[in-house]
Parts: sequence; C-alpha cells; structure tokens
Amino acid sequence: MSIFVDENTRLICQGITGSAGKFHSEQMIEYGTNLVAGVTPGKGGLMVLDRPVFNTMAEAVAETGANATVIYVPPPFAADAILEAIDAGIALIVAITEGIPVQDMIPVKRALQDSGSRLVGPNCPGVISPGKCKIGIMPGHIHKQGSVGVVSRSGTLTYEAVGQLSALGIGQSTCVGIGGDPINGTNFIDVLAAFQNDDQTESVIMIGEIGGSAEEDAAAWAKINFTKPLVGFIAGRTAPPGKRMGHAGAIISGGKGAASDKIAAMEAAGIFVAPSPGDLGSTLKRAAGL
Amino acid sequence: MNIHEYQGKALFRHYGVNVPQGIPAFTAEEAVHAANELGGDLWVVKSQIHAGGRGKAGGVKLARTVAEVREIAAQMLGMTLITPQTGPEGQVVRRLYIESGAAIDRELYLSMIVDRVTSNIVIMASTEGGMDIEEVAHSTPEKIFYEAINPITGFQDFQGRKIAFKLGLSGKAVNKAVKFMHGLYRLFLEKDCSIVEINPLVITKSGDVIALDAKINFDDNALFRHPDIEALRDETEEDASEVEAKRHDLSYVKLDGNIGCMVNGAGLAMGTMDIIKHFGGAPANFLDVGGSADAARVAAALKIITSDPNVKGIFINIFGGIMKCDVLAEGVVSAARELGLSVPLVVRLEGTNVDLGKKILAESGINVLNAESMMDGAKKIIEAVG
Repeated sequence: MSIFVDENTRLICQGITGSAGKFHSEQMIEYGTNLVAGVTPGKGGLMVLDRPVFNTMAEAVAETGANATVIYVPPPFAADAILEAIDAGIALIVAITEGIPVQDMIPVKRALQDSGSRLVGPNCPGVISPGKCKIGIMPGHIHKQGSVGVVSRSGTLTYEAVGQLSALGIGQSTCVGIGGDPINGTNFIDVLAAFQNDDQTESVIMIGEIGGSAEEDAAAWAKINFTKPLVGFIAGRTAPPGKRMGHAGAIISGGKGAASDKIAAMEAAGIFVAPSPGDLGSTLKRAAGL
Repeated sequence: MNIHEYQGKALFRHYGVNVPQGIPAFTAEEAVHAANELGGDLWVVKSQIHAGGRGKAGGVKLARTVAEVREIAAQMLGMTLITPQTGPEGQVVRRLYIESGAAIDRELYLSMIVDRVTSNIVIMASTEGGMDIEEVAHSTPEKIFYEAINPITGFQDFQGRKIAFKLGLSGKAVNKAVKFMHGLYRLFLEKDCSIVEINPLVITKSGDVIALDAKINFDDNALFRHPDIEALRDETEEDASEVEAKRHDLSYVKLDGNIGCMVNGAGLAMGTMDIIKHFGGAPANFLDVGGSADAARVAAALKIITSDPNVKGIFINIFGGIMKCDVLAEGVVSAARELGLSVPLVVRLEGTNVDLGKKILAESGINVLNAESMMDGAKKIIEAVG
C-alpha cells in the first residue's frame, strides 16, 4: 500500500512560479506525480507546466480536489503558506523550505493540532512512494519500489540509505524525510506507526541525528509497539561538542541528545544499529533476512 | 547568533528588565572613565566573551578603588580565557563591562527557551542560582521549575507568580519578578530569541529583582527581520574561516584532523565525518555546502578547506538532490585549477546529472580519484593521506 502518498495523490505546488518550485514541479511530473495545480498569490490565471495557477489555496483545492500540497515558498513567507494550506483543509502538507524562523512554527504546530492536516517537514526532502508518487526534491531515479520503509531527519543521508538499498536490489515502500528543524510536523513515531500498519512495508530504516530527544522517544515507542525489523543510524557520533553559551539547552534536553545516548536507546529497544553510514543497506539486508 | 553580556543588558533595559548600571570599555582608560561615571565604591570588571564560566576562569573581578579597576582591566584585556564553554583553545578578551556592584541578598536562576518537545516557549527557574546549574538539573531535578507558555494566551501574570512563589519570593519582590518576566517574554518574542539565560538572577537587599548576567542567543533563521540584532554581531568571537564560510552560505566547523570534507547536507556531512573516523582517519572539518550550491559556492568551500594547513587530502561526498552533480563538478574543476590544488582529492558523486558530473571531472585533467560509494571514498582518502 505505502504510506502518506500513492497513485491517488493529487498535488498542489505552493510557490510553483519560483525557480525551485518550477524546477522540482517539472521533476515531479516527470516522475509520474499527479500535480494538478500551483498557487502563487497574485499570479492566479497563469498556466505553468500546463497547470493552472491560483491566487489562494482555498480556490485551488475547490477547483482541483487536491489532497496534498508541497511548499517551496521562501522562509519569511513559509509559515503563512503552511497555515493557508491547513485552512484549505488539505490532508498532506510537505514543506521543503529550509530556514523558517523557529518561532514562526510555534503557532503552526498549534494550528495543526486542531486540524485534519498532516505536515511533513519543514526543511526536508519530502515523501516518495517509489513507482507511485514523488513529492519533494529527492532524485527519483535512485529509488526502487519494494518493502523497506525509510524515515530520516536528514535529507542527503536518506538518499544515501536509498542508494545503498537499491544497489543491493532492495526496494522501498515509502521514504519520508521528517526534516531537521527543532519544531516539525511529523515525527519518527508518527511515521513508524504508519509503517507498522502498512502491508507493503516489511522492514524499516530510521536515520537520526545528534540533538533533541526524538530518537530516544521513538526507540522507547518502538520497543513496545513496532514488530517489524528496524535498523537505526545516528549521524554525528564524531561531532565535537561545540562552543556554546549558557546551560538552558542542556537542561531542557535532560541530558539527552548525544549520539551515544541515542545509540544506547536504540540498542536497548532491539534496533539493529548500523556501524557506519556506509552499512545502512547491508545492515537492513541482514536484519530483514533479505 | 550570540551577543555579549553588555549588549544583552542594553536590550534588557529597553524591555524594562532590571539590570545594574554598567558601561562597556575597550581599553583600561575607558574602564577608569566608566568607573568614575558610575560612581560608588564597588565595581565589577567583567570580561566580555561569548561563553559562560567566566567567573571561575578569572574573567570577572571585584574592584574597590578606581586604581584597582584600571589594574584589573589592563590585566584582563588581551588575556585568553579558557572555560568549559569556550573549547580548549579559549577566547581572547577584547571588551570589558564595568558594572556597579550590587548588594546581593539571594542568587537565583532564570531562563527562557524554545522547547522542541512541546513546541512552546518554556521558562525555567531555580533557587540554585550562581551554581553549576547543569549539575543541579542532573542531581536535584526537583529544584528546577518549568512553566510552559501557551502561544495563544502568551505569558500570564499567574505564571509569573507561580514561579516567584516557588523561588521563595514575598512582598513587593513577587510583582517585581512578574514584571521582569513580562519584559523578558516580550524581548524573547519580538527579537526571535532562542535562549535567554540569567544566572544569577539576583534579589537585592532592598528587594529589587535584577539580572546580574545576560546570555542571549538569537535564531539565525530570523535575523533577516532584525537588522538591529545583526548589527551586534562580533566576528572576532567567531572562527575566521567560519565567518568566511558564512559569507558564502556555507556551514563550516574546523576540526583538528587532516582530511578535508565537502558534503551536501548536514546529516550526510556528519555521516561522512563518522565514516572517516570509523575507518581510522581524522576529519579536518565539517562542511555542508547546502542543497542549492552553485559553482562559486563550491569553489569558495574548496578554498576554505585548503586554507587549513593541516589538510593533507580532501574528500568530496555529494549526493545530489536539489544540487546538480555537473554544477558541482564545474566548481571543483575551476577552483582546483585556480588554487593549484596539490593534495589528493577523492570525489564521490551521486544523484542528479551524475554522469555529466563524472565526465567533467574525468576530462578536466586535474588529479581526482573517483569513488564508487561513500565507504569506498572514505577508504580511498584515508589511504591517500597515509
């Protein structure tokens, strides 16, 4: 089945008239994604890539029956674009934009809680169900349809995992980049829960980074709720402790966040931890018995 | 972005957050002038660096005469302070802050931060001010109080009172603390702070609530709407090559190994350092060229990497998403020619327009080892640097 996106996804691109929005819209169409419209305020009535452009999300959704949107809007305007998508009642919002001020995301997170929308990102490569639908900026051709779910905080490390899997002849069900920002929409647990309930997904690779406690929380959750083979990796084992100011960051994280804490939490949860980022595919192959 | 204590306190004053009287000084002469202007008979001479732990390292001293102010200032300016937060190389003191001494009754702790777990701004407070607060959080977590601020209502008086009473305040100090926190919250919102920390927050003998220290960190992503804050940046507090990298929209952190790394994406960049270490090598830097790097940015990245004399070889690990491998290859070729690159270069390219990228490198005539994978590349560069 795959998760979040498939053949039935009808996509809008917010920011389709910008250079990144247009380039990646073209790539998504080429991959086979059903891109039905674009939205850029003030550019309504234009046609871009043979798709109609609307002034507002409400209009675009009403006219096209879209159920997903991808956001390539510059950082100062991105939170507003996400809020507009939530207001339009769209099911899936994928925010690619990097560099959104963190305080802009606080009200966005609240608005999401009162809505039926799912936000993936921001600052992420997007979501792809190989062979069905690609939303985002990932290179489509490295993917291969199959049974492995991939969830990652890092963009290019996701490509690395996918590249290794495909090279071993192992395909993917859905790959989700949840993004590296402190406040994001969809977290590891949301994605793992969806993979747990997905028939097509038989095993999963989960890629985290140092900082925060999302990986520890996901490992604790997976120990109880996740029954499929799960491979983990944490980037930043060798990152030096940076120069910092004050202690508030360390206190609020409760001493969590170092690579060693995350790896220990993963191992305690029975997750197969890849020894290096060059072993993501081979570790999955062993763990899943493929 | 971090700022100095004296700059933070100027912001505090502007938002009605009480601080002692103080004047910044860049020379011993200015320090004397500041002390005379402040008057009184007790001054604190405080070194201004972007790191905590100054007191224990000798960067904060009391002076009881103006002559003493001069003596301490002369000695402090130019010294290298090494604290647990500066890193082992320490930080040179270039600015001082001369402050009137305060009649301290109690020392408390107060901070405000964006909490990624609850997606709220959270106030943290403790009665254990002036101490190693991380140690307090670790061994006696019950001594730290948290108050999350609902973004819809904003900070409310009752929340300030909750904290004030937990801190053991009474009488007029309670309302003074509430007002203090209101100002702090307004500053936090209006200037897009990510951390504000006051350690110690002081209750004076006369019952005033005063910030004796000010550590403020601003969200780099929001600086575009705060030119006034951007103007407070002190580049001498930052590593010169890191500043140069920022000018080209590169994220660079210098390390002490000998293998230079150029990677797209922070996660893959950290992963590249990890795999080099895993196979026995030592990365010379973290460098993320970003997702939309062009040839000029790649060339700038190569220049920054090679400006480090420890670099004996370079590993370029690119998995193109937004970034096109042919664009990267052109940048590498032109920069390598311009720099007359002499150290071994291992390039791993994957992703968009990869074949074109490889062709450009192969036909360039520069000495490049091609890697088939990240692991292959890591092994090759480690072998190449010996």
